[in-house]
Amino acid sequence: RTCILILINSKNASQVLFFFFFPHSEFDLPEYSVRRRYQDFDWLRNKLEESQPTHLIPPLPEKFVVKGVVDRFSEEFVETRRKALDKFLKRITDHPVLSFNEHFNVFLTAKDLNAYKKQGMALLSKMGESVKYVTGGYKLRSRPLEFAAIGEYLDTFSLKLGTIDRIAQRIIKEQLEYLVELREYGPIYSTWSGLEVELSEPLEGVSACIGNCCTALEELSEDMTDDFLPVLREYILYSESMKNVLKKRDQVQAEYEAKLEAVALKKEDRPKVPTDVEKCQDRVECFNADLKADMERWQNNKRQDFRQLLMGMADKNIQYYEKCLTAWESIIPLLQDKPETK
Amino acid sequence: MLLKDLSYGGNDQRGGRVGSLCFVWQMLHESLFPSSEKMEDCLAKKMEITVSEAEKRTGRNAMNMQETYTAYLIETRAVESQNEGQCSPVDSLWRRYSEFELLRNYLLVTFPHIVVPPLPEKRADFVWHKLSADNMDPDFVERRRIGLENFLLRVASHPVLCQDKIFYSFLTQEGGWKEMVNETGFQLKADSRLKALNATFRVKNPDKRFTELKHYSDELQSVISHLLRVRARVADRLYGVYKVHGNYGRVFSEWSAIEKEMGDGLQSAGHHMDVYAASIDDILEEEEHYADQLKEYLFYAEALRAVCRKHELMQYDLEMAAQDLTSKKQQCEELATGTVRTFSLKGMTSKLFGQETPEQREAKIKVLEEQIQEGEEQLKSKNLEGRDFVKSAWADIERFKEQKNHDLKEALISYAVMQISMCKKGIQVWTNAKECFSKM
Repeated sequence: RTCILILINSKNASQVLFFFFFPHSEFDLPEYSVRRRYQDFDWLRNKLEESQPTHLIPPLPEKFVVKGVVDRFSEEFVETRRKALDKFLKRITDHPVLSFNEHFNVFLTAKDLNAYKKQGMALLSKMGESVKYVTGGYKLRSRPLEFAAIGEYLDTFSLKLGTIDRIAQRIIKEQLEYLVELREYGPIYSTWSGLEVELSEPLEGVSACIGNCCTALEELSEDMTDDFLPVLREYILYSESMKNVLKKRDQVQAEYEAKLEAVALKKEDRPKVPTDVEKCQDRVECFNADLKADMERWQNNKRQDFRQLLMGMADKNIQYYEKCLTAWESIIPLLQDKPETK
Repeated sequence: MLLKDLSYGGNDQRGGRVGSLCFVWQMLHESLFPSSEKMEDCLAKKMEITVSEAEKRTGRNAMNMQETYTAYLIETRAVESQNEGQCSPVDSLWRRYSEFELLRNYLLVTFPHIVVPPLPEKRADFVWHKLSADNMDPDFVERRRIGLENFLLRVASHPVLCQDKIFYSFLTQEGGWKEMVNETGFQLKADSRLKALNATFRVKNPDKRFTELKHYSDELQSVISHLLRVRARVADRLYGVYKVHGNYGRVFSEWSAIEKEMGDGLQSAGHHMDVYAASIDDILEEEEHYADQLKEYLFYAEALRAVCRKHELMQYDLEMAAQDLTSKKQQCEELATGTVRTFSLKGMTSKLFGQETPEQREAKIKVLEEQIQEGEEQLKSKNLEGRDFVKSAWADIERFKEQKNHDLKEALISYAVMQISMCKKGIQVWTNAKECFSKM
């Protein structure tokens, strides 16, 4: 499969970008490259959801940004989004079913995606029935325990992640306010140094040291903003996707139960269970199996991702303190350097 | 050495105070006077002084109104250099903050040429908002206790102040001390603020050295107060950063409840986040000691200015006396020669009402000559007094500068050591947390 080949390449040489997400711009591209816009990714995700309703589709980064607050063309924003889109594609390629999806294949290789999109529309209307699910009308009697547990887990999980996201943002805010004060604090030692003779050098040293700590702090909060927050966001959206799949599963089961009930009422007339009900039962079972497999895969990914993420957070903090430590230790000799009479 | 210096008064003062007397005194002695030969005659060498306790009391003031105040227990013990093994008994007495103030005012007036050590602040100032600004707050009282002890030790180590009798009886005689101070009549010698203010604007030939010193103390005061203000805000923000991390502790623990493999790691990482959040309390409490050291020098700036002011006042008096003398001499000359050099009321009257008799003029000249004589004597003694003042004041200023450079260097070192220990604690906590995360 072409798509897999391409992605293996990209894994080995992370510098080879085969996807460019730059709205309205022209690039000289290497052979295996196509240019995609955000809306193409959105199209792909919709297609995947339609064609693989029983599977968990990874989330896209949020589409809408508040105009004026976030500059959509700023380097940081584009970079954050690029990372998120890259993650999205990697998650699909890692998936045993989604990676073989026809639409995905087209998305990776088609030079002219728009032409395919139009054709797809016509195709969709032809086989619309099989894709669309009848919503409403049926009420699920009882969710099987294991899926109820997954539902509960996802509710708590997204709640806790939301809290962590808020805490992380708050910490970044506090750090930036701390940075503002620290930036005022350091230079005062410099001013004082101007008044003194013997103390001039030590005071200047303290001032420079606080300056170094400021730089370290700035790096820390930048790293947290760039690396920590986006992963949290992805998982919050991921759990929403999962909840959607769970809902669809419930619908399929409800449909089956309704059909079964109808058959039970007319049991005397027809002793044999009709084939469409059997089909429906198969669908529920397939759905359950797919969902369970996806959930397990997701749990594994989540465990690895969070281990990496939280260890990264710890590392960043350790690095920050190490930089400050070096700065303060370096001024001790400056403070002690005095021919003292013992 | 550094850390001990830092924790002096910080950790071991509540209990076992008497046991650490010698140690504390030595630390301060060393930090005040690096070269100990100056110490020979100091009271601090002969006596150990501590303010060992603070107690809240209620009494009636002069207006017969109920008031609450804090009394401080001063303990003293004579040191005998011959038989060091033996410890002489401890004397103790109670003093209020207002009595410390009286003592300092007395010293200020009696020793105008000395940079008199300042008292700790009466009200908590420049504190970050998590600390209480209440005067009766135990932490504040405790920090003031340390400050008052430091004040007494500074006076006792001062080559001139330590020999003062009123200071000695402040330490040793509980009753009747106030009366004794008032008997010295020091308040009469106190220069009125208005007079001092007047002098500031009128001095014609200010001493350049004192002008510079005054300028320096103004600048020092403004830079230290700015520093203290911003430091309090820095402390506030740092407190915020640490405490918000405490929320991770809770949410990790709640999250761990729904996880299987990740549960244990999250749970214990949450515990480390709690530790991290709690660690800031001690860090900032320790930093308050650094702020107190800076505050002492903020108040020292005022003491330095008092010496400058006194000098200006004396210079002003001297210039006034010289001016008076010159004008008298001129009058005398006018009377003797009969010429009026400048326009004067006397010249006018003599022109209007005719010349005085020679006898009258003789008598006037005589009076004037006597006054001139007197004035010249006065000027001479004022000149001498002024020169003496400048000499002794400058000697003490030099001593103060040395003390300041030494103290502030020590303060900066202990500040850096504090920061280092904070960084190490931070590294430790995050390393522990990382260990937990890696097991997830």
